[in-house]
Amino acid sequence: MSHAATSPGFPGSPASARTAAVAARATDLSKVYGQGETRVVALDSVSVEFGRARFTAIMGPSGSGKSTLMHCMAGLDRISSGSARIGEVELGSLNDRQLTRLRRDKVGFIFQAFNLLPTLSALENITLPMDIAGRKPDREWLDAVIDTVGLSGRLAHRPAQLSGGQQQRVAVARALAARPEIIFADEPTGNLDSRSGAEVLGFLRESVRAADQTVVMVTHDPVAAAYADRVVFLADGRIVEELHDPTADAVLDRMRLFDSKGRTS
Amino acid sequence: MLRTALRNVLAHKARLMMTALAVLLGVAFVAGTLIFSDTVGSAVKKASEKNLDGVAVSVQAEAADSSPDVGKDRRRTTLVDEKLADKVRALPGVQSVRSNVKGTATVAGPDNVPLGHDWQNLATNFQPDKDGHDPRYPLLKGRGPAAGNEIALDEATAKASGRKIGDSVRLATDGPVLTKKLVGIVSTDDPQVTAGGSLTLFDTATAQKLFLHPGQFDELVIAAAPGADQQELTAKVSEVLPKDRATATSGTDLAAEQSRMVASQNEALSQTLLTFAGIALFVGVFIIANTFTMLISQRSREIALMRAIGASRRQVVRSVLAEAALLGLISSAVGFALGTGLAVGLRAVLEANGAGFPDGPVVISPAAVLSALGVGVVVTVLAAWLPSRKAAKIAPVEALNTVEAPPALRSLVLRNSLGAVITGLGIATMCYVSTLKDADDLPIAMVGGALTLTGVIILAPMLSRPLVSLAGVVTTRLFGISGKLAKENTLRNPRRTAATASALMIGLTLITGMTVVGNSAGQAMDTMTAQGLKADYKIGTSAGLDPELSQKVADVPGIEAAAPLRNTGFTTPNSSMGLMGTDLSTIGKLTQLDFISGSLKGAGGNDIAVSQEMAKMKGWHTGDTLDATFYDKKKAKLKIVGIYADNELLGDSIGATSLAAPHQLVPMVESLLAKAQDGPSEGLEKQIRHALGDSPLLKVQDHADLRKENAASIEMVLNVSYGLLGMAVIIAVVGVVNTLAMSVFERTREIGMLRAIGLARSGIKQMVRLESVVIALFGAGLGIAVGVFCSWAVGNLVSKGLPTYELMLPWGRLALFVLIALVVGVLAALWPARRAARLNMLEAIGAQ
Repeated sequence: MSHAATSPGFPGSPASARTAAVAARATDLSKVYGQGETRVVALDSVSVEFGRARFTAIMGPSGSGKSTLMHCMAGLDRISSGSARIGEVELGSLNDRQLTRLRRDKVGFIFQAFNLLPTLSALENITLPMDIAGRKPDREWLDAVIDTVGLSGRLAHRPAQLSGGQQQRVAVARALAARPEIIFADEPTGNLDSRSGAEVLGFLRESVRAADQTVVMVTHDPVAAAYADRVVFLADGRIVEELHDPTADAVLDRMRLFDSKGRTS
Repeated sequence: MLRTALRNVLAHKARLMMTALAVLLGVAFVAGTLIFSDTVGSAVKKASEKNLDGVAVSVQAEAADSSPDVGKDRRRTTLVDEKLADKVRALPGVQSVRSNVKGTATVAGPDNVPLGHDWQNLATNFQPDKDGHDPRYPLLKGRGPAAGNEIALDEATAKASGRKIGDSVRLATDGPVLTKKLVGIVSTDDPQVTAGGSLTLFDTATAQKLFLHPGQFDELVIAAAPGADQQELTAKVSEVLPKDRATATSGTDLAAEQSRMVASQNEALSQTLLTFAGIALFVGVFIIANTFTMLISQRSREIALMRAIGASRRQVVRSVLAEAALLGLISSAVGFALGTGLAVGLRAVLEANGAGFPDGPVVISPAAVLSALGVGVVVTVLAAWLPSRKAAKIAPVEALNTVEAPPALRSLVLRNSLGAVITGLGIATMCYVSTLKDADDLPIAMVGGALTLTGVIILAPMLSRPLVSLAGVVTTRLFGISGKLAKENTLRNPRRTAATASALMIGLTLITGMTVVGNSAGQAMDTMTAQGLKADYKIGTSAGLDPELSQKVADVPGIEAAAPLRNTGFTTPNSSMGLMGTDLSTIGKLTQLDFISGSLKGAGGNDIAVSQEMAKMKGWHTGDTLDATFYDKKKAKLKIVGIYADNELLGDSIGATSLAAPHQLVPMVESLLAKAQDGPSEGLEKQIRHALGDSPLLKVQDHADLRKENAASIEMVLNVSYGLLGMAVIIAVVGVVNTLAMSVFERTREIGMLRAIGLARSGIKQMVRLESVVIALFGAGLGIAVGVFCSWAVGNLVSKGLPTYELMLPWGRLALFVLIALVVGVLAALWPARRAARLNMLEAIGAQ
């Protein structure tokens, strides 16, 4: 499959400088909701690594725990046992304030429903994480990001004046602008038509390729997953399969396999 | 649709709570006022009925102004005497006659503090039967006064004075201070006494000596024999009375008259209270309207669905109005209960401050119940009317929209035009008012003020943009992103922000207006006291001084000059004016007396000096002669020897004491001015008091005291209005809480996202808090501005009696109001901010 991420591109380190280091890591990570009869194990002793400068997709049927894994790894939700680390930081040892700081300084987010602030302009939305941190954005990088996602002419617009695809591109720029250690994207193409979706995925892959950005994306769309370097499959709160350099067809095959397994078991 | 309405009320109970609170507080105010006035009214009426129980006819002596022997001393003369009493006693149908002497006497408490309210302190004669008892004043302890040096007191006064039977008691009538022996303590249900006065009983001869002349009485109280007709008896008594010098009134008429008086006093009080209750309810309207607007926009999908499945517009409107009526009814009922408590509490508080209401049960009239509930329901339904029309306009197709479109901001053009017209009218009216001088034009000022306020309320959404943006610059600089987001959120829905702020603005406009006018008037009085008065002391009692006492002050060593002020007046063919009799040789040393023409040199006899204002008005000049007729009908030719710059203390004209005093209807000195050689000192004040007999009624005031007195009266009026307007402010605060709670609810997802991308809980709290503060400051700022404007405009109306009146802005107070608005903003945000900070992030992000 050929992907059309042909926009100006990110300045950044050449591909050869990529290291095999790990950006985030879960070890025996478990997440349990409720107690007694209502006890639900969402994640059951999951161990997984997300490589630096890699684009990882997490897939799995509804209720498999893929969103929970992302929430735990991103510091949005508390873990029940085991370990979740971003870089060398153990998330389980952080209190709420420290977790908030960590998300602010090291994590970028892209949500399915865009989640922009309607009162702020596109540019203000993009720089919001840095405004919260009280940091000045790196002007050159910011311009490059805006250029790449093609929003130059629309920076003064409010979200309500933008199309869905444009809004999600603002969200992508917001996640990229602060150069976080890791970006978590939760079904980023779920609310988009296929063309806009392809654009957004293209930007994400380009940021990984050209700028060594680390991206972890939860999706149930095999086409979206095919943009990733690696796909991790989850079922019933466990990692069941991994696929490197996937194609959409390969991903679809695996999913069918899980589905039939699910039915027969 | 009623069932839907009921369900909606129940489903949104938390969110409707704040609205309910607004209605509830307003209704409680109304109900409290009505119940309070009913309760006190009925108690006072019962007390006066009880007091009149057994009174068939009352004979009142008329004051004998033109009697030849008046003027020598201050005692009154009546033609009601023992002979007349006997004549009445002999009439058929008369069972018994009480002959009363009535005056006032004030007892000195511990530290020489006067007890009771001096105008209410009854002094009368004890009338014992053969056993030494007076059935009207049953003895609790000791015996009735029988000699000139004995008195009896009512129980409360005796207790307050700290004196026991056998102790000596110091008391003052209007003359010199008296020392008497307390021989008895009585109980009484005389309403004058139970309402906060004291009762002093003398023996008849002593009472007559103090207040009248021997053998004279003020009133005869006649009890009828069984079977005698009151009206017939009254007619018969009337026949034996000296013509025009005494009148007989039947007990029934007297009771009717008294209850009329009670009712009218009561009405004045309850009207004032109801005005403030009305203001509180008016403020509530904004909050109710705001809530329903928000509820309807939240529910628009649901309403669209109802329309899609066949509900008509009218049904939608009716459902919303039914919901409002239900809410109004429930909150009014609770408010009524609260109001009952308020009424009981108010009475207790006033009682504790010495208001002295007679006892009686709490009266809850059906009229009070109906009007309080009615007002609550009507106000709520009216406030929900506009939002209900908005609900009806929701198109059925909106039910099918999957994407939650942000509500389009309706154009403000129509609203702004209307607001501009009304504000313009209001400002024009107030500018016109600022040229008026007559206090009778106050209604015009009130209309102008109301127009201005209404206009600004209508314009508030437009005004919010520049003003909030301005505030936003500050909040952004100080608080960074939280401040910026707060600004943006405040601007997001200008109508809502404006309505919330308007509620606060109304209260602050009134509070500011009153404060500015009060402060300016206080300053004016201060200036007058300081400028006009060169004397160190102003000496007097509320009832005036015995003329004989004035010389005694002048004789106190250390007093440089003293002059009495004795007020009377005269008419000329085309005018009526006051004449102040004083010591013309010393008055120039005691008050600022600047002559425009002429002087007081060598003045005396029939010479007078007139004020500049009077001279200008009448076209008089120095050297003119006036044909004057004094109040006592005596005529004289008065010569104008000078014209002086207006002096508040002296009034229209001044003349020698010997000119004015003989024409006073009741000979007395209003006050004495005295200047000390070496300035005022505590020792000197004591000496003056001593020279005047250490009467507890005596006020010896230096400049500071006079100023304090002015300030105290103004401060009291202000404090009462602060208290009453406080309710309106509290309701407005409830409105701010309400708006913020709604905002937080609506922005759940945004808050979740902000938390996810790294805004700390404290930042979220800060954001909500700042929004609240900005709204509160916006409302307070507008209110203070309108209040200052209106108080400027009414300046001339107020300054009529205060020539030195000038607009003085009480900067400290105004700054305090802004500070209070700030605190109000922070407090109102407490709960919504907590809620926002505690939102579960993951649920919030996913919330629809």
